[in-house]
Amino acid sequence: MTARPGTSPGRSRTHARAIERRSAWAFVTPALFLLMLFLGVPALLALGLSFTNARLISPNAPEFTGLENYVRAFTSDPVFLRSLLNTFYFAAVVVPVQAGLGLALALLVNQRIRGVNIFRTVFFLPVVTSMVVVSILWTFMYQEDGLINSMLSRMTGGLVEGTAWLQQPSTAMPAIIILSVWQGVGFHMVIWLAGLQTIPAELYEAATVDGAGAWQRFRNVTWPGLRPTLVFVLVTITIAAFGLFVQIDVMTRGGPLDSTTTIIFHAVRKGFREQEVGYGAALSLIFFVLVLIVSLIQRRLTRENT
Amino acid sequence: MTRTPWLTSLGVALAVLAATTTGCSAGGRAGAERVEVSMWSHSAGNPAEIEVINRIIADFNASQDRYTVKPEFFPQAAYNDAIVAAATAGDLPCLLDMDGPVMPNWAWARVIAPLDLPESLTDQFLPSTVGRWNGRIYSIGYWDAALAMFARRSVLESNGVRVPTMDRPWTKDEFDAALVTLKNAGFEHAIDLGNYDTGEWWPYAYSPMLQSFGGDLIDRGTYRTAQGALNGPRAVAFAQWFQSLFTRGLASKSPTPDRQDFLLGNVAIAWNGNWSAPDAIEKYGEDLLLLPPPDFGEGPKIGGASWQWGLSANCPSLDGARRYIAFSLKPEYVAAFSEETGLIPATDAAAALTEEYGPDGRLHELVGFSREYAVIRPPTPAYSVISSVFEKTMQDVMNGADVQTSLDSAVDQIDFNLESNDNYGL
Amino acid sequence: MATIDQAPGAAVTASRTREAGPRASGRVPLYLLLVLLSLFFLFPVVFMLVSSLKPDDQIFQDLGSGAAFLPVGELSLDNYAGVFDRVPAIRFLLNSVFVTVVTVLLGLFVNSLAGFALSRMEWRGRKLILALVIATLIIPFETVALPMVYWVAKLPWLEFEGLRPVIEQGWLNSYQVQILPFVANAFSIFLFAQYFGSIPRSLDEAARVDGCGWFRIYRKVVVPLSGPVFATVAILTFLPVWNSYLWPLMVVQEESKRPVMIGVQYFNQLTPAWGETMAYSTLITIPVLVVFLSFQRAFVRSIAASGVKG
Repeated sequence: MTARPGTSPGRSRTHARAIERRSAWAFVTPALFLLMLFLGVPALLALGLSFTNARLISPNAPEFTGLENYVRAFTSDPVFLRSLLNTFYFAAVVVPVQAGLGLALALLVNQRIRGVNIFRTVFFLPVVTSMVVVSILWTFMYQEDGLINSMLSRMTGGLVEGTAWLQQPSTAMPAIIILSVWQGVGFHMVIWLAGLQTIPAELYEAATVDGAGAWQRFRNVTWPGLRPTLVFVLVTITIAAFGLFVQIDVMTRGGPLDSTTTIIFHAVRKGFREQEVGYGAALSLIFFVLVLIVSLIQRRLTRENT
Repeated sequence: MTRTPWLTSLGVALAVLAATTTGCSAGGRAGAERVEVSMWSHSAGNPAEIEVINRIIADFNASQDRYTVKPEFFPQAAYNDAIVAAATAGDLPCLLDMDGPVMPNWAWARVIAPLDLPESLTDQFLPSTVGRWNGRIYSIGYWDAALAMFARRSVLESNGVRVPTMDRPWTKDEFDAALVTLKNAGFEHAIDLGNYDTGEWWPYAYSPMLQSFGGDLIDRGTYRTAQGALNGPRAVAFAQWFQSLFTRGLASKSPTPDRQDFLLGNVAIAWNGNWSAPDAIEKYGEDLLLLPPPDFGEGPKIGGASWQWGLSANCPSLDGARRYIAFSLKPEYVAAFSEETGLIPATDAAAALTEEYGPDGRLHELVGFSREYAVIRPPTPAYSVISSVFEKTMQDVMNGADVQTSLDSAVDQIDFNLESNDNYGL
Repeated sequence: MATIDQAPGAAVTASRTREAGPRASGRVPLYLLLVLLSLFFLFPVVFMLVSSLKPDDQIFQDLGSGAAFLPVGELSLDNYAGVFDRVPAIRFLLNSVFVTVVTVLLGLFVNSLAGFALSRMEWRGRKLILALVIATLIIPFETVALPMVYWVAKLPWLEFEGLRPVIEQGWLNSYQVQILPFVANAFSIFLFAQYFGSIPRSLDEAARVDGCGWFRIYRKVVVPLSGPVFATVAILTFLPVWNSYLWPLMVVQEESKRPVMIGVQYFNQLTPAWGETMAYSTLITIPVLVVFLSFQRAFVRSIAASGVKG
């Protein structure tokens, strides 16, 4: 790199400023352009379409219908209401279970014992297995004559006769919950682990010197130190849980008896498969509002912390 | 980390990959100036159908040097997604097969074009294999299908169940009693209704029963409402009976995939299509019976109009696509389709060429079912909605939902769709 | 944004804060618990791998015993042969590799450039743009997916037929529809900005005195110091692209452009042949497993890094 003697310092500074500004815009433009094209425009389009009766394929131009789609969702589309309920059910179970189990696993593999890295890897393995594959695999295992029932029957000496888990309205959603937690918990174990590592060792040492037992150390040192991680873990699981789609589409297609249909699955069914894209857009926006509420709660919680 | 040779090698690999992938797609039409005519079909799960389609295509491609038809096959469950997406993009393949009853929706949306085939040709086809909308022909099929009650003579006779005929089909009570008898005779379930399948099978297989009870999917007087037809007393009677098949254990909510139950001897009767006849004949031979459906009050009914071929309106080589369709309708192909798949050939000329459907064929009677009992599903653009609503509703009913509530809700959903589309101009 | 000052990735590797190991007497039940948990996390995957080698009737026959998890009985690669026989699985794998690699590489470039400008350069509008980018983090993909189908179907694209440029309308059934919407990523930009912000500015000053342009500073000064954040972003974008399902389900129909996840689900929908389906599933899981096992530390670090936001 060769030095280039400047002209007068004042002019060169303004000149440098101008170059810096132009370069900066040049650097952000590709990202901004793409974000606008694939996030900004579709988001506005979602808003606009949700007030129309637009169909994906139609010889007629979309007509403005005001709030009709939203009214329809909450008053005359029982499947949507069922989808909302199912989605909340899924989230209400998955969020605490996955967060709690993740923390327990993190505490387990955070100990200084031989071979702990292997266990960490094993617990994380399902995370890198795609949800589509996981869903296909568990569909097979959940069959009436599948692996789960064979194992159940064998372990209980034939006492427990399993059912066709995904074909019963009462068991389909719990079955999907189990595989979802199985697949996702390793991810949050790692996040908890990162949180655990940020707690200074001195605090533990001090607590041990004070004669605190394991439980007291957890209560007074670990848990308070994990508050920010807790908020993050809860929010990410909640948002992911609200977006439940792949497992449903691959395993049950919303059935039996609507017991597993979810907001996004219903939005795709209406907005894409049945071509009512205006209505589908309205359902997507309702989903967005839910996510927004969760994010706002997160912001409040993090503010209180810092 | 400062020097990143892996990044370079990745870049090279990428470039090579890009070159090979683009090379692949361009390679097909190297040489002559043939125009490619794209084709989609739902038959990915069905090797026999693929075999015949490929044979027709090969013959067509060899018969002239202007066009090359290039097929792609999808699994049936994913086919609707594919067509919807492609139609949205204005990117449908030139040739596509459609289930007969959804054709009006595509014709209404102007994404498919009329076939404009000579009438002398189309007149030879069974009425239910020719798809019409607003007076023009938009689709045509090589075959129709017919459902029948598959059963075994030995089983019926040993249990004292009368073997029905077209002249004297089972009545509702007779049929119901037969199912109970057979269940009690030790079968796991009396009948396999095919409900493992999802999608169009449901309206195709079960709406004819609804019609035989005296109900329907839509009011065919006006095509503007389902009120009364789908939730009136006769429809309710049908749905209650349907539900009771499962509550009484006469049918299974989760039958073995692939229609195996009848072949494995788990059930005594199967409500199944003629495409399954060859397997059943192979298994049971002379013992196999293909019986007319029961008369639930309004006479026996089966669904008519099956998968048919159409042309997309944006096809750049419409001429080639039309030629292909005309070419493919030759009796030998229609017959070949039937020979390979067990389906009912659409023309008499073709039927005469087949072993099974000829005057002395074992499946000859099914041609009669097709002519006498076939009801076309409602030709309205709303059919895709009706179909999914009906499927969902009947699955709910199967799983124990309240019958009247479910049917009322179905009517509301269908009427809402009709209303928000100004009844599709009907 | 709790810990902007801390470079992501530092967190997990440090072992100093691990709790002291339990006494020897407590170890046996601890190991027992760990092993039991391992079995729970491993058994479906092992079942998949093992079943992919067995004919269907053998799979069902073994279900009732431990043999379901052991490569015993009639073993062969027939299921794999069957998959290749029935569908162009290699083609789908190549499609996915291509889409994933291009998305990740373009993403690294585009997002790091933006992150650079947003963290190390002074210009009017910087704060506004940064806030805007962060704000988009709140829009989940599911919200825009449906209208986006409507939208990309109308976008133009330049293609070359030989050397002749042709403008095509509609992006469906293409590679770009699988790639371009996922290149720019607000979270990646944020991670880059955060990391670049932690590199001393004096380095830039020195380079500028030497007469370097901004792009040279980015390339010669900042990028060489930022290996970890590039690895992090690459890993965080790689998995969702490889695994994507909802989007290609709607916009990619033609076999020639189909990615693996759609391919395997289509396969699953054909006549059920479980051995072959397991073989196919194994086939598309192995590449990710190999990448994961070879870059384990980077994986864990990346995911930990995503948790440090807030």
